[in-house]
Formats: sequence, structure tokens, C-alpha cells
Amino acid sequence: MIIAKNISKSFDDNHVLNDISLTCKKGETNLIIGESGSGKTVLLKSILGIHQIDKGQIIYGDDVFTDMNHKEKQKIRQEIGMVFQGGALFDSSTVFENIIFPLQMFSKMSKVEMHNRVRFCLERVNLHNVDDLYPSEISGGMQKRVAIARAVVLNPKYLFFDEPNSGLDPKTAIVIDNLIKELTIDFNTVTVINTHDMNSVAEIGDNIAFIYNGQKWWYGNKEEIMHTDNKELNDFVFATKLMRDLKK
Amino acid sequence: MNTFYHIGRYLLFMKKVFKRPQKSSIFLNNVFFEIEKLGINSIMIVLIISVFMGAVITLQTAYNIELSFVPLYLVGLGTRDSMFLEFSSTIVALILAGKVGANIASEIGTMKIHEQIEALNMMGVNSESHLVLPKIIAAVLTFPLLTLFSMFIGILGGYLAVYFTNAVPIDDFVYGLHYYFIPFYITYSLIKVVIFAFIIATIPAYHAYYVQGGALEVGKASTKGVVYSSILILFFNVVITQILLS
Ligand SMILES: Nc1ncnc2c1ncn2[C@@H]1O[C@H](COP(=O)(O)OP(=O)(O)OP(=O)(O)O)[C@@H](O)[C@H]1O
Ligand SMILES: [Mg+2]
Repeated sequence: MIIAKNISKSFDDNHVLNDISLTCKKGETNLIIGESGSGKTVLLKSILGIHQIDKGQIIYGDDVFTDMNHKEKQKIRQEIGMVFQGGALFDSSTVFENIIFPLQMFSKMSKVEMHNRVRFCLERVNLHNVDDLYPSEISGGMQKRVAIARAVVLNPKYLFFDEPNSGLDPKTAIVIDNLIKELTIDFNTVTVINTHDMNSVAEIGDNIAFIYNGQKWWYGNKEEIMHTDNKELNDFVFATKLMRDLKK
Repeated sequence: MNTFYHIGRYLLFMKKVFKRPQKSSIFLNNVFFEIEKLGINSIMIVLIISVFMGAVITLQTAYNIELSFVPLYLVGLGTRDSMFLEFSSTIVALILAGKVGANIASEIGTMKIHEQIEALNMMGVNSESHLVLPKIIAAVLTFPLLTLFSMFIGILGGYLAVYFTNAVPIDDFVYGLHYYFIPFYITYSLIKVVIFAFIIATIPAYHAYYVQGGALEVGKASTKGVVYSSILILFFNVVITQILLS
């Protein structure tokens, strides 16, 4: 479990997060939704400790992350896999080198074991014959999958995704969504996902937190979100004609 | 105020850069990679500027003393000492600040804006040390060798200039090359270039590491990195010269 308790974060006068509390559950997908600029990425990066929070507490399992020193945080981070909004693959390394990097850095595996593990992860995200290509030589959807493979290569307990299917066509987006769901169940991870994609919400929203005005405005699951009478959430969920028609 | 802010942040950055590498095999690999990128790939440009600098110093000296009663061997001596004292260290360093500095800044800046540095930090990698320390070591090891190479090539350039133009008799030129040779000049140059190498590897890296925004900002950070490292090179040139040669 990951627990965020009363966290606040501002940049100068811009109060992005205001007293947000959130519990992310194990073996389930925990979605953070909200409009562009609502602070989803800031919330995710605050939970990850990339942003220093102004107030509040973050707890991973039984450990209070916010009380840890640099070394202890580094240790926890090896149990976290993160897929960034833009993929954040290393441009100057091939697909294979990108995925094997965390293993070379932190595992005590032999060369053969490392290669097998990378093979397994590539297989798992359904990528074939791309080992020696550079990130710029593969499609956006493939880049996302490489980033996911890199995120799971160390067998993480916690998985974070920032907009995993932004810039992808609906069909590829569903493939990625399902992959995330499967990985969450297979590896029994605490999975936290930022998204503004209503398809993902309907598809894999085990738990959903709606961020509005710097606050956790609503919390529920994919069934509840369709029948809520929360005005701001309704405006967000049923912003498109397609969704409005669906509701009818 | 702003200057103090940068000095403070640079020093904190350096403290993180000099953290012990987390995995020695990866670290060594990176060092060799940087030696190739920063050092070996700079051989050609050093060769070109050195041969022409040597030639032009020789010709300028030769044509300037033509009418006077100054001994002709001074042409060789002048070329040698100019190369050894100043050109092969300071000028080569300025050129490398442009080439290598821009390269380092654009590489690290691009990694920064594309969240690759955050990705490293997230994995638990000390990104400052992982990215910058190999560059420092590579530059500090290879730039002195490039300086020695430049000295040799510069003299060769002078020799070729004399050979083809007969600006002074070749024997006088060669005599001048040997005349009153002070080995400490080489030591002095090498000490300078080690410090310049450190500047070139760290200042552009520092500016790029804290860049925010997009490609435009990376370009700006790259320019800043090159300009500030050049100014620092010129400044330390004066300081070290005063310390070592006075
Ligand atoms: N490093 C930063 N420095 C200053 N302000 C920031 C920083 N990062 C984010 N912000 C501000 O925080 C607010 C929320 O940004 P954030 O990136 O979290 O939005 P988001 O919900 O992820 O949007 P999107 O869906 O477009 O990714 C914005 O007003 C942004 O300007
Ligand atoms: Mg975002």
C-alpha cells in the first residue's frame, strides 16, 4: 500500500496540491484523473519524492518515505518502476540497453540471467525484433512498451504511470491499458496511473481519485463514476458527446 | 547575488558529482566511452588548428624580424615557446570548450527536458555522478595528451611553413627550436590544461543539468556553458600563470 497523508505542494504562489490524502492499494490499479494542469503529474512526482512536498506524509508499505534519508530513499526506489509521460528512454542507448540498464546497475544477476530477464520482459510487453533499435527508430506505442518493460525489469513492488496512453490510438491504448492491468495482477504491484483518458477509466479503474482545484474532489471506482452526481466530475467525465450519448 | 547563487549551487552540484560510483563496471564503461567521445574525437580538430597556428606564428615572427638585427633562430624559439606556453593549452582549451562543452551541454540538457534524468533518479541512480564524473575523468586524462599532441603538431606546422617558404633558413629554425629549452614550460601548460579540462567538463554540465523548458532552453544553456567556461579558462589562465611563472 502507498498512503499519502495531507500533502500540499506549491510552486511560489501557485498552490498546485492542497491537503490531498490518498490510499493506493496493492494488486489494484489506482487512477488519478483530472483536467490538464490540475496537478496529476505534480501529485505523482510528489508521491515519488521527485518533488519536495511542503506538508504531509508519504508512506510506502510500513515505511514513512518522507522521514527517510537519501540512502534509504534510493533503496525504496529500486522497488519502484516508473513510466514517464514522454517515456524517458535513454536516446543514446538501444532498446535492449535501456531495459538491461537497471539490472546492470542494481542486480547481482549473471550476464545470462540478465539477458533472460530482459527477454522475458520484452516478451511480456509483446515486443519482438527491436533489441538493437534506438528509441527514435520505433513508434510511440513501442516506446511506451519499452518504457514499461524497463519499469518492470527489477520486479518492482510499486508501479507508476504518467499518462501511459497519451498520443496513442484507441486500439493501442487499450492494449497498453490491459497490459498494465495484467502486470498489476501478475506481479501484485501497487499501481498508480495518471490519466485523462476516459477509456482507461472505464477499462481499468479499480480505484479512481478525481483531482480538482488542487484537492481530491471525488474518490470511487469505475462503476460509481458513471452514476455520480458530483457536478465537476460529471463535467469532466461527460465532456465529450460520445460519453454523453453513452450515458443515455 | 546571482553569481553567489550559481557558485553555491555549482559547489553543491559538484559534491553530488563526486559521489562514489554505484557500480564500477558501468562506471568504467562510461569512462572509456567518454574518452572516445571527448578525447579521441577531438584529435582531428586539435591537429588542424595546431598545424595552422604553428605555421602562422612562425611566418609572422619571421616576417617581423626580417629587417632588424635580431638573430634568425629566434623564429624557431618563438614558435616553440608560444605553442608550449599558451597556444597548445589555452587556445586549444578554448576550442575544446566550444566543441566538447556544447556537446556535453546539449546531451545533458536534452536528457533533462525529456525526463531522462528524473528517470535515472527514480531508479535510484545518482544521476549527477553517473553522468558527469566519467566526463571529468575522461577530460582530465585526455586533454593533457591533446595538449602534448598540439605542441608537437604546432612545431611541425612551423617547420613545414619554413620548409615551403624559406622565410628563414631551416637550420636556424631548428637551432631555435632547441635553444634554451625550459622543460617547466611543458609542466606549466599541462597543469593549466588539467584545470581547463575540469572547467570544460563541469560548467556546461552544470548549466544543462538545471535547464527547464524545451529545446530552446537547452540551446541557451549550451551557449551559457560555452561562454562561461571560456571566460573561466581565460581567468584561470592569468591566475595560474601568476602563481607558476612569477
Ligand atoms: N517544476 C515545476 N515548477 C513550477 N510549476 C510547475 C512545475 N511542474 C508543474 N507546475 C505547475 O503545476 C501545475 C500542474 O501541472 P501538472 O503537470 O501536474 O499538470 P497535469 O495535471 O499533469 O497536466 P497534464 O494532463 O497536461 O499532464 C501547473 O500549473 C504547472 O504550471
Ligand atoms: Mg501531466
